[in-house]
Amino acid sequence: MSGSLSSRVSGALLRGNGAVVLLFLYAPIILLLVFSFSASRNPGQWGGFTTEWYARLFDDSRIQRTIGVSVRVALVSTVVATVLGTMSALALERFRFRGRKVFDALLYLPIIIPDVTMAVMMLMFFSQAFDALDALFGLGLAKGFATVVVSHVAFNIAFVSVVVRARVAGMDATLEQAAADLYANRWQAFRYVTLPLIAPGVLGGALLAVTLSLDDVVVTQFVAGPGSTTLPVYVFSLIRKGVTPTINAVSVIMLVASLVLVAGSVALQRASAARGQRQLRTQGGPS
Amino acid sequence: MSSVGEAERLAGRAERRRGALLAAPSFVYMILFFAAPLVIVLVYSFATRTSTGSTALADWNLDAYRKLGEPIVRNVVVRSVILAAITTVICLVVAYPFAWFCAMSSPTVRNLLLVAVMIPFWTNFLVRNYAWRLLLSSGGPISSFTEAIGLGETNLLFTKTAVVIGLVYAYLPFMILPLYASIDRLDRRLIEAGRDLYASGPQTFRRIILPLTMPGVIAGSILVFVPSMGAYVTPELLGGGKETLLGSYIVTQFLTARNWPVGASLSFVLMAVMLVSTIVYFRSGGKNL
Repeated sequence: MSGSLSSRVSGALLRGNGAVVLLFLYAPIILLLVFSFSASRNPGQWGGFTTEWYARLFDDSRIQRTIGVSVRVALVSTVVATVLGTMSALALERFRFRGRKVFDALLYLPIIIPDVTMAVMMLMFFSQAFDALDALFGLGLAKGFATVVVSHVAFNIAFVSVVVRARVAGMDATLEQAAADLYANRWQAFRYVTLPLIAPGVLGGALLAVTLSLDDVVVTQFVAGPGSTTLPVYVFSLIRKGVTPTINAVSVIMLVASLVLVAGSVALQRASAARGQRQLRTQGGPS
Repeated sequence: MSSVGEAERLAGRAERRRGALLAAPSFVYMILFFAAPLVIVLVYSFATRTSTGSTALADWNLDAYRKLGEPIVRNVVVRSVILAAITTVICLVVAYPFAWFCAMSSPTVRNLLLVAVMIPFWTNFLVRNYAWRLLLSSGGPISSFTEAIGLGETNLLFTKTAVVIGLVYAYLPFMILPLYASIDRLDRRLIEAGRDLYASGPQTFRRIILPLTMPGVIAGSILVFVPSMGAYVTPELLGGGKETLLGSYIVTQFLTARNWPVGASLSFVLMAVMLVSTIVYFRSGGKNL
């Protein structure tokens, strides 16, 4: 009776809310994509189709340079953070050692710390450290590419470690013992048993690190020197001045890059999970 | 017998040494490039600002913390708390029915909806903020739309409303996911039992559903409130720096006002808020979500 009517009304309301949420989430992204191809000089108005703004990007040397810096920072910081983060994950999940709890807590902090605090910390640290090195050894160091990479690694180790730990925790420890029983040495056990099994986690962590590195504005803004400005920091400074059709086009490129990374991470994780299991089944260890 | 025990003890020690060796590079890195910077911020928050704007590491005092009670800083903090609270409430009101809808849908629809929520979250943060700046700009799509339907031009950019829209957009997934997890675990038989005992819809919600999904509500609220409090990019781009919020205020202390002790003390307080919230989150069963 009234129950069925009210449940139909509430069902319609739920569906309506769902539609509004999806519209809210996707409309801005889709409109940005559409306007990046608009010929109008007003970046928020449609004035016919053009690819002019994208063509302009390829002539803009400043944008090219900052893209180059961003890619190099992301690659170097990801490689370092992935190696260090994976080692931390294995140490924390597989071993007991002195200082383990402190280490564990220290690795949680970068995840919960606000961007602004992290930025302030790194700025003060580098200015203090450089003053001290200058006074002691007369080294005239300055902020630049290295300080950006060091800061990105400092937050990325924690994220890689969390992702890899989840994978290590879900892994059967007896497989490593089985490898040892079959006279595999520690390196062989790691190379042929542990690594293939945790590979999806390591890849997932690495892609998260790339994403975070390419996303970061606040920390980089504080620790970059002249010449080491990354794309997001440069674009941020441009947006503050106002919206332009060229920023629409850069934004779409950044958007596509981040979506490719996510899609890649999902695909790679699936593939390597399947391969890891196949290898274990057929090979059963080092041959 | 004792030689076996001895061997085991030695093996245990070797294991511990291996673990420590494996952890050592990251441990050293994190102490040098994370813990040390954190300590420096703490030290600076007790230092003195000289008349030239530099910082003297002498005459240790609590001035920077006392300054947090002054009207200017207090207004910034209060404004940030209010905006973060509004953002959290809007997210909660919108996300709860959405999460409920996900949990009650067929597995295929549910997975599609959850992926649909996650995709924008993975896209570049700056771009998501820029998209709203574009939408809200004068002469932009939203303004043209309201003009076309006869509501006149709307100028939302550089208002508190714009900042709240941007923050809701950025953190809505943080609210939906924990709510979904707790609604999904809800024992549906309890709702039926309530109905059998003639509980009305609102009564069932208030007395049964809401208390049982409280861990999700708390977790989601913390995950939205905390980053909204410290937000910097969204208020800068959508608020135009007109409404100074905590994040922007801290940045100003370093880049323009050159009052490092005040900036340091505020960053430290902000981090303490995050830490306490995170502990509350884990206590409320957040680990299971």
